[in-house]
Amino acid sequence: MILSLVAKRLALGVLTLWLVSLLIFAITEILPGDVATAILGQAATPETVAAIRNQLGLNEPAWWRYLQWLTGAIQGDFGISLANQRPVAPQILGRLENTLFLASVAAVIAVPLAISLGLIAAIKQHSLLDRTISLTTLASISVPEFFIAYLLIFFLAVQAGWFPSMARFDADMGFLEQLGVIVLPALTLVLVVLAHMMRMTRATVLNVMAQPFVEMAELKGVPKWRIVVQHALPNALAPIINVVALNLAYLVVGVIVVEVVFVYPGLGQFMVDAVARRDIPTVQACGLIFAAVYVTLNMLADIGAILANPRLRHPR
Amino acid sequence: MSAATPSKSGPLLTMRGLHIEATGFDGHPIIIVDGIDLDLERGQVLGLIGESGAGKSTIALAAMGYTRGGARITGGDIVFDGRNVLEMPYHQRRKLRGDRISYVAQSAAASFNPAKTLMHQIIEAPVLHGVMSAEEASQRAVDLFHRLKVPDPDTFGRRYPHQVSGGQLQRAMTAMAMVCEPDVLILDEPTTALDVTTQIEVLAAVRDVMREFGTAGLYITHDLAVVAQISDRIMVLRDGRTVEVGETQQILEAPRETYTRDLVAARRFHVKAGEGGSETPQALLEARGIDAGYGSVKVLKGVDVAVHPRETVAVVGESGSGKSTLARVVTGLLPPTRGQVLFQGEALPPALGQRSREQLRRIQMIYQMPDVALNPRHRVYDTLARPLQFYHGLRGKELREEVNRLLDDIELGGDYAQRFPGELSGGQKQRVCIARALAARPDVVICDEPTSALDQLVAESILELLQRLQDERGLAYLFITHDLGLVKAIADRVVVMKSGEVVQQGPKAEVFSPPAHPYTELLLASVPEMRVDWLDDVLETRAGQELAER
Repeated sequence: MILSLVAKRLALGVLTLWLVSLLIFAITEILPGDVATAILGQAATPETVAAIRNQLGLNEPAWWRYLQWLTGAIQGDFGISLANQRPVAPQILGRLENTLFLASVAAVIAVPLAISLGLIAAIKQHSLLDRTISLTTLASISVPEFFIAYLLIFFLAVQAGWFPSMARFDADMGFLEQLGVIVLPALTLVLVVLAHMMRMTRATVLNVMAQPFVEMAELKGVPKWRIVVQHALPNALAPIINVVALNLAYLVVGVIVVEVVFVYPGLGQFMVDAVARRDIPTVQACGLIFAAVYVTLNMLADIGAILANPRLRHPR
Repeated sequence: MSAATPSKSGPLLTMRGLHIEATGFDGHPIIIVDGIDLDLERGQVLGLIGESGAGKSTIALAAMGYTRGGARITGGDIVFDGRNVLEMPYHQRRKLRGDRISYVAQSAAASFNPAKTLMHQIIEAPVLHGVMSAEEASQRAVDLFHRLKVPDPDTFGRRYPHQVSGGQLQRAMTAMAMVCEPDVLILDEPTTALDVTTQIEVLAAVRDVMREFGTAGLYITHDLAVVAQISDRIMVLRDGRTVEVGETQQILEAPRETYTRDLVAARRFHVKAGEGGSETPQALLEARGIDAGYGSVKVLKGVDVAVHPRETVAVVGESGSGKSTLARVVTGLLPPTRGQVLFQGEALPPALGQRSREQLRRIQMIYQMPDVALNPRHRVYDTLARPLQFYHGLRGKELREEVNRLLDDIELGGDYAQRFPGELSGGQKQRVCIARALAARPDVVICDEPTSALDQLVAESILELLQRLQDERGLAYLFITHDLGLVKAIADRVVVMKSGEVVQQGPKAEVFSPPAHPYTELLLASVPEMRVDWLDDVLETRAGQELAER
């Protein structure tokens, strides 16, 4: 039963990705303006435009170009960049690594911190500590991320001078040096995603705490922290997993603003540049990768939620 | 365990002048327990009886120094084994719980953590309190499983709560409470959620284990007949005060207070006199050869039931027998996979959506839980006006008058029209539900356990109301219940169901007079009787039967 449920989620994930690929292709297809004209700029004569169109295969029917693009993408070949005539895949790879590095650092800090804070707030419900945690996280979620970023730059980089304000990131740096460079963008991201996960943890745990089996544990003389960790948390996992996955996806997909503020060479900024240059193959590739990350994380969350359900894990 | 027991003499638990208050929504204090004195000797069982809101559970939980959300102990003393519980710091109270005093809740299904195995939860308290190691505790648990007659006792603990039945879960919870060999066991309606046949087994198992270990108990229930089987003394409570305390025998046979006398009498309904209903050849409502189920699960198998005008047909059976599914098929909520439902000889469309307004009007329903059967945001007036507009197109003055007439009919009166369900008691809500069904002016009303969520005396008044409405309006009832005492009182004809099949049906006198079908016999014998030695008698008879069968 559980296997078929998991298989169903996997199939749904693949289906979603395929639909997204259709959507991405269709949108780039109906973008106004002609690629060939854009490339040639001032030098566009009817003859050169026709030649370029021919060279790019733009005269083929759309479904044929879609099929070629999709089969290429599945094999990791995203075509040739229109901006610099080099293959798209290797250029993206480096940027993707940078983005994933920043996202992982933020996630490694944010996820355990958010869940612990949520649990502490639940254990000490209505206390000063609970209110402080809730209020600060609410404040951090209410402020736009670029504003947090500029605040951090102002206080920690300009005033205190502890960290660089620009994340001049380079793959050749040592690991520790890399970490030092991305402290501020990572901290910004942590503050942005912390509140959502923490509040969800607190709310679901408190919800479970109202169940009779929690009263039973209390009447067995189980201490409060153990009730929360042993009895409430395992039954609150499914919603927590979902909100964690959403935030992880945001760390990869939604960090464009933070990348711009800190001039961080990530994939988001790369995609925005490509849009400006009308570099369609690069835009398509970035879009597909972002979609894949998003769909995969959510699919994993769904599967995680299924596995967290004891009724499904241990059928009658 | 009893290593640290300072005194072996004197009462084990005493309460003096106990006051417990909660804060209401408007900020005013609500008195839940109002000056209770209680004494519990070692090895004795004290029954706490009363209707919901009498303060039974609150008093018993206070013995562990525990109060439920928002309530607090505002006065009095609780002395357990020579020490004042209320003066203990939190960590000492915690040590008491699950070790010296333990708790068995009403709903075992809700009281076990669904994510952990039974054994994990049973040995949690002894290991945590440092009473024994995990291995010792597991061994004790298995020993208790044997004593409580759980199937496969050696491997039972490895299961998860959703993998065992309600009766087994209730035993597992008793094992969980007994594993530290507590001095006091608090039993909070431990058999109320079980079927009558299971109730006997669990009751007997719990009683035997308590006697064996000499455990004292506070047994909370609203069912006097059940508590009589296990208690040495009984304390009758009402609105947080003691009505009467006495030996079990005395309370049952010579109650001093009027309220106690009412409780004792409540089980003896005014039995419906004649065989009501008319045996016309044409049935009003008939279900023929019904098969129905949910997905691949077959619930009903070839069920035939007929209801004639002005009669009450009771459908009885244990949970899982398909009673409520039958109601869903008749009302069209669940189209059957085979068979059909006929109204006055004409086949009704199987699904609700295909039935005409007139067909819908003639079959109405009353539910088990009045709390959830009413829209909490609709005033009583809106709830009753809706069917009057929908079925009869009433409006304006006529509509208002009809709503008032309905409210008079259910003995509430027009003042109640502007109230919200939250401002009504359980019994009043059920009356509104009855009025809503009446508003359609139906021929048949399907009553799905309409009194089982209500206190005894309230239930009785609801039954009287239903009876009067039947006499006045010539209604027919399809009455679904698990309570055979009720069936004896109100039914004209009885349908006994077991695992989705009709085991026996016929006029009440016929079904209940010997020789009845063995399953009917079992159900009948399982209804607790208001005498002290009933459980012993039943167990003796059964043991005798088993011997004879070998």
